Amino acid sequence: MSVTQSILNKIPKSGRRKIKVRRNYQYAGYLYILPWLIGLLIFQLYPFISSLYYSFTDYNMVSAPKWVGLDNYHKIFTEDPDFYQSLKVTGIYVLLAVPVKLAFALFVAMLLSAKLKAINFFRTVYYLPSILGGSVAISVLWRFLFMKEGVVNSLLARLHLGPVDWLGSPDIALYTLGLLTVWQFGSSMVLFLAGIQQIPNDLYEAGSIDGASRFSMFFRITVPMLTPIVLFNLVMQMVNAFQEFTGAFVITHGGPMKSTYLYALKLYEEAFTFFKMGYASALSWILFLIIMAVTAVIFKSSGGWVHYEDGGK
Amino acid sequence: MRELQHDSKNSWLNYIFLIVLGLVMVYPLIWLFTSSFKTNADIFGSSRLLPTTYVWDAYKLGWQGTGQYGFEDFFINTLKLVIPTVIFTIVSSVLVAYGFARFNFPLKTLLFSVMIATLMLPNASVMIPRYILFNKLGWLDTYLPFIIPAAFATSAFFIYLMIQFIRGLPRDLDEAATIDGCNSFTVLTRVLLPLCKPAIFSVGIFQFMWTWNDFFNSIIYISSVSKFTISLGLRLSLDASSAVSWNQVLAMSVVSIVPCVLLFFFCQKYFVEGISTTGLKG
Repeated sequence: MSVTQSILNKIPKSGRRKIKVRRNYQYAGYLYILPWLIGLLIFQLYPFISSLYYSFTDYNMVSAPKWVGLDNYHKIFTEDPDFYQSLKVTGIYVLLAVPVKLAFALFVAMLLSAKLKAINFFRTVYYLPSILGGSVAISVLWRFLFMKEGVVNSLLARLHLGPVDWLGSPDIALYTLGLLTVWQFGSSMVLFLAGIQQIPNDLYEAGSIDGASRFSMFFRITVPMLTPIVLFNLVMQMVNAFQEFTGAFVITHGGPMKSTYLYALKLYEEAFTFFKMGYASALSWILFLIIMAVTAVIFKSSGGWVHYEDGGK
Repeated sequence: MRELQHDSKNSWLNYIFLIVLGLVMVYPLIWLFTSSFKTNADIFGSSRLLPTTYVWDAYKLGWQGTGQYGFEDFFINTLKLVIPTVIFTIVSSVLVAYGFARFNFPLKTLLFSVMIATLMLPNASVMIPRYILFNKLGWLDTYLPFIIPAAFATSAFFIYLMIQFIRGLPRDLDEAATIDGCNSFTVLTRVLLPLCKPAIFSVGIFQFMWTWNDFFNSIIYISSVSKFTISLGLRLSLDASSAVSWNQVLAMSVVSIVPCVLLFFFCQKYFVEGISTTGLKG
């Protein structure tokens, strides 16, 4: 290695590039990434592609898959009202829970960034729900808290409010589940916080010399500098929210009146209750295309609102 | 600098807001704990945080369970699933990350992009063929659908976290070790691995928590009660125990989150590091 280096140093710069590119291939690298490559082919690429094939078949895991062309898709779009219901519910859920969660995370991160003394304590407290949120235990807890005779209503009663039928009313249940998602704002907050701490102080100094108010510094320095993190958070949270399952499954079973029948529940039922693997594969492809479309829209629009310090890579 | 911008009145308002918010955030968790000592009458229709009558045996009775299998079995099962998954995840993601971070080989950029793309590949679009595949392999109702993919580094998040960390270590170390007679593998094991400890902890802790709390994959792959994990056991007791002592269900919920809470408090540093190494550069 070092011998190569010393030879390279003697070669004039213009000639160096070529040699480097040719000589520096280290095929041992393949050996190290081999596990991933195998895993990619068997557990990701193969399933991904074959799910497209299955989506054109009728397959119940007992008899062999039978090719039916576009039948599954046709049925989904014309004969399955539950599909539209789950799509609607999931759409509302994603559109509400994700922006509210991120806005809240950014807001709290801003408050925290100014208070460096107790930052660790608060960060711990706010982050805790994020690591537990997806567990069944928390879903159990949510069910108890928001029952008709649950604590939340008892607390509201003390303020002479309510009772609200948090989980029993088709108009409200979805929002109660959304609240569970927002409660887990901590992980996004930690990302924002780390981002805020990396913003060079010079920018704020320059800002205050120019007489900028705190308000305008927030919108002209902090927010633009954080937009790459907002983009990352937005995409990841969106992908996750489209697949949300545990809460709706454990807390409300998709009810009442299918008002929390999220897409993942629909998918789960078709695949693992009725074993309609072909039909469920078609559903999964529709979800995939929707997620891709939304991601594409976000990325496309990001040119307009995401600020990169180096002017984009 | 930024602190100077805040006048003290504002800063008090912020503090009060942060404290109130903190209380709202942890109140449900505290309620969960105290309610595991309550009677049914106290759990429903009461706004009091503390029990009026303390019930002490919820943990003992809940742990034993009512059916053939209790939470002791579920706990052991969960460990049988989680520990190999975590170990294999660490080993595989270190190896793969080392390959990506330190070697230059044809198609590397393409492969790296593919890896990053799988970060966004929704689980929903691979789960059905995976299930069919695992069924053909006879892996259903075992923990292999969790363990084997972990051994093949299927979680791009962890590879990416390790790559970011290894990239931050100076290459001079590798070169010095090579001069001292290390080959590429011993460079990894003797030089880089000890330095990677924080990242390895991050990977291990995240994977532990995610696998421990996993519900969706468990409910798909595991069907017999004798192999149930804690998540499945909890749901079983929630749906089965109608009109019994709810405090037992709550007590077992507490038990199921205790390992994660402890891990979180003792290893906080690694959480924050892990989340900011991957997130920021993403």
